[in-house]
Amino acid sequence: MEPAFAVLVGLFFAVAIYLMLSKHVIRILLGVAIFGNAVNLLIFTSGRVMREVAAIIPEGATTLAGPVANPLPQALILTAIVISFSFFAFLLVLAYRAYQELGTDDTDGMRVAEPEGEPLPPIGY
Amino acid sequence: MAGESAKAVDVAGAMITGPVPAVDWLIVAPVLIPLVFGALLLMFRHEMRWHGIVALIGLAALVGADAALLSRVLEHGPLSMTMGSWLPPFGISFTADALGATFALTAGIVAFVCAIFALRDIDVSGRRYGFYPFLMLMMTGVSGAFLTGDIFNLYVWFEVFVISSFGLLVLGSERAQIDGATKYAILNLVGTTLFLIATAYLYGTFGTLNMADIARKAQTISEAAPLMTLATLYLLAFGMKAAAFPVNFWLPASYHTPRIVAAALFGGLLTKIGIYALLRTLVMLFPVERAILADLIGWVAVATMILGVLGALAQSDTRRVFGFLVISGVGVMMAGLALGTETGLSGTIFYAAHSMLIMTALYLLAGVMKEMGGSFSLHELSGLYRASPLLTGIALLLALAIAGLPPASGLWPKVLLVKAAVDANAWWLAGAILLTGFLTTIAMGRIFLFAFWRDAPAKGVAKVFDPATAARPVVGQGVLVVLTVPIVLLGVFPEPVIRVANMAAAGLLHSSAYINAVFPAGGG
Repeated sequence: MEPAFAVLVGLFFAVAIYLMLSKHVIRILLGVAIFGNAVNLLIFTSGRVMREVAAIIPEGATTLAGPVANPLPQALILTAIVISFSFFAFLLVLAYRAYQELGTDDTDGMRVAEPEGEPLPPIGY
Repeated sequence: MAGESAKAVDVAGAMITGPVPAVDWLIVAPVLIPLVFGALLLMFRHEMRWHGIVALIGLAALVGADAALLSRVLEHGPLSMTMGSWLPPFGISFTADALGATFALTAGIVAFVCAIFALRDIDVSGRRYGFYPFLMLMMTGVSGAFLTGDIFNLYVWFEVFVISSFGLLVLGSERAQIDGATKYAILNLVGTTLFLIATAYLYGTFGTLNMADIARKAQTISEAAPLMTLATLYLLAFGMKAAAFPVNFWLPASYHTPRIVAAALFGGLLTKIGIYALLRTLVMLFPVERAILADLIGWVAVATMILGVLGALAQSDTRRVFGFLVISGVGVMMAGLALGTETGLSGTIFYAAHSMLIMTALYLLAGVMKEMGGSFSLHELSGLYRASPLLTGIALLLALAIAGLPPASGLWPKVLLVKAAVDANAWWLAGAILLTGFLTTIAMGRIFLFAFWRDAPAKGVAKVFDPATAARPVVGQGVLVVLTVPIVLLGVFPEPVIRVANMAAAGLLHSSAYINAVFPAGGG
């Protein structure tokens, strides 16, 4: 199961990086969303993928009987999902406001904070 | 609890069963105080008259807690506590050592001073947008990042301060702010996601997230473990947060757009957390891999400091000059990381503390200059010397401090770093630090020349300033005096800080005290 997930994670990263290299904010955002999910899947896979066995220590024993899926990475993913979700929501609003205010979603045209052709500092007086 | 279940389970092996000692509260206080005050401010968000004063009380308490924590750490060595009474590495540890406690205290002082400045600078609309709650929650994240002993928890604190900084950055919703914030937000999110990737691999490799546990296991782990991958990923992720070349272009795009207090907080605090995380991971967790990467880090440091200061020379907006000087300072701090010796790391730690104070002071200076002189542009500023000799004196001292000249605080960390570079036979690194200092002197000298000494702007530039009627902001100048005093004191009496920085550097290089604080009996 894990090799298939590893390939999928690689695909996710490839798609995410391709999209993030775009000049258009909306594509970058789609890339960021996939990037976050690629990481979540990566953490999930690194904790073993196993459906049948629950991570419960049997009666009378002090350790787990055999290899089971590690529950801790899944708890980490929950945290990461919440964080990346809230970030993504903020970014969507920000990108929409940027589109409204600046009239473009092309990063080449977003030069309000750093205008082109600014005069150099004075040389003397 | 164990007693309530059907069968009694012996939890003494996994839990602390005794009462919580008082010192545990001290370790979490720097996180708890701003969190509680931030929540209070959110609850009373309509009572905007009280925001400033409540935030000041909270930040004063934060500075007090940080100072108490630092004095205890200096006396007793690293302190550790674990959440929920679970024994480490199962519970999330908070571990304060000299490095984290020093940075937390400096950050607390900076935030307190900025909050005083904000009393005048942030108007009612800024308060309505939630400046003070954002400030408190950002300090929660900053303190948490400096004190946590768990690497995933560090990621969470990163996200806490980053998302609060978004709020501060877009405060006012001006066009330039939205433009800058878009770049800042996307690139910072990519940076923290890289951090998360590295942490996922790290957990897969070590099976633990507790930093003391990782440091312990890294010494004995098999050669096949992909530690080099981890170290490189952390270098990239934290290099991005620290604004190291070539992943630093989000900083000059955004740092000059927010309210000047927010810019001062960002310039003072945020990049230094990246440096702190680099020190923590590369020096304490992966020292062998850091030594292999040393040349790469060294050239990144040189490129960052030189290109940073060259960027500063090309700007005519004072805030943008200072933004590039933040980057240049990051390069200087990375030089110590590249050297990895005790003197070099000590220089980096001292420089980081100095940089928190000086960058905040410079941004606030830009704000006061704008209030008096009517502009941020070097083309329009003029005649400030006649308007306020006091401000001129402060500006001169701050210029000397950022350039690394006596009598201000920038001198000694650079002396330590240059000495460490020469000791390690890295003449190129020492030369780059000195050249950066020289170019910084030119950049600051030019601001001084045009804004303070020049009588009037060049012909053809509209006059925005009249010394006779110029505003004389009392709060602004007072805050600058308050910040300049420690900067000069650090330059004149550097020994105590050098001693603390040496202690912090030694604690990073010989992590046994840190590990012993988390695992007192060597168990776990």
